[in-house]
Amino acid sequence: MPKIIVEIMPKQDLLDPQGKAVANALTRMGNKDISGVRIGKRIELHFDREVTDKDLEDAKKQAKEFLSNDVIEDVVAVTVEN
Amino acid sequence: MRIGVITYPGTLDDRDAERAIRLAGGTPVPLWHADDDLKKVDAVVLPGGFSYGDYLRCGAIAAKAPATKEVIKKAQQGLPVLGICNGFQVLVESHLLPGGLIRNEHQHFICRDQKLKVENNQTAWTNLFEKDEEITIPLKNGEGGYIATQDTLKMLEEENRVVFRYLEINPNGSMNDIAGLTNERGNVVGLMPHPEHAVEPGFGPDTPVATRSGIDGLKFFQSALKALVNS
Repeated sequence: MPKIIVEIMPKQDLLDPQGKAVANALTRMGNKDISGVRIGKRIELHFDREVTDKDLEDAKKQAKEFLSNDVIEDVVAVTVEN
Repeated sequence: MRIGVITYPGTLDDRDAERAIRLAGGTPVPLWHADDDLKKVDAVVLPGGFSYGDYLRCGAIAAKAPATKEVIKKAQQGLPVLGICNGFQVLVESHLLPGGLIRNEHQHFICRDQKLKVENNQTAWTNLFEKDEEITIPLKNGEGGYIATQDTLKMLEEENRVVFRYLEINPNGSMNDIAGLTNERGNVVGLMPHPEHAVEPGFGPDTPVATRSGIDGLKFFQSALKALVNS
């Protein structure tokens, strides 16, 4: 299925409590070399046809204005999978 | 005076907000998220809860609802708007107030009677408080940690736009102990704690005088009615 994939991460300088909790659990499970975990989001926008340049452009706009909040998150990638 | 209360899917405290408006002497008007008709109300309360299940980000989907779009438009023209808890999250997601709200630093949901300082008594929702008055109202949130860039924090402090600051304890890791903010004009106020749960003796926070006698939240709604009469 053609899709646009939007990847969002919490900003580097912000505490990511979810990542911290998972990192603590991994350490408890014996993964001593993992020094940190950060958890973001992958959002897939599905299409019933080929994705066009215009779709990608629109998706980038939505990624910035709605799918992420630039106060707390960064859009790290918007990619097409046709 | 008619004060609208918007109900989104997942809103919890709309009835309490309506009751608070009634006890303050106003007429509550229920508004529906999918309806862009604000029924000519004189002010709007965005109540607490978990609009749209907190999907995507708290308040993010509610910020795009038809009723919210009207609120944004009218707020920019001066309509008094109070956002409580999830309503505060809707206000920051709508960009009516700057910054963001993230998961509590200690990662736990918190529910307690919270002491606050009212630092700005010039807003539509705080004009009946004394400057620096100390009040106690309930706080209950999982994602109440206020964050903003250093430039935004500096601007908020310099322009006296921090309306409420947490006292004695910072319950969620909010920067500068910020519990609530206002916009430049002072008609839009957002805060994490819940004034609508401290409006009637017997049902509010404990005070030194008597158990559950705290009604510090009532003045929020009375302030709005006063602001409307004077406008």
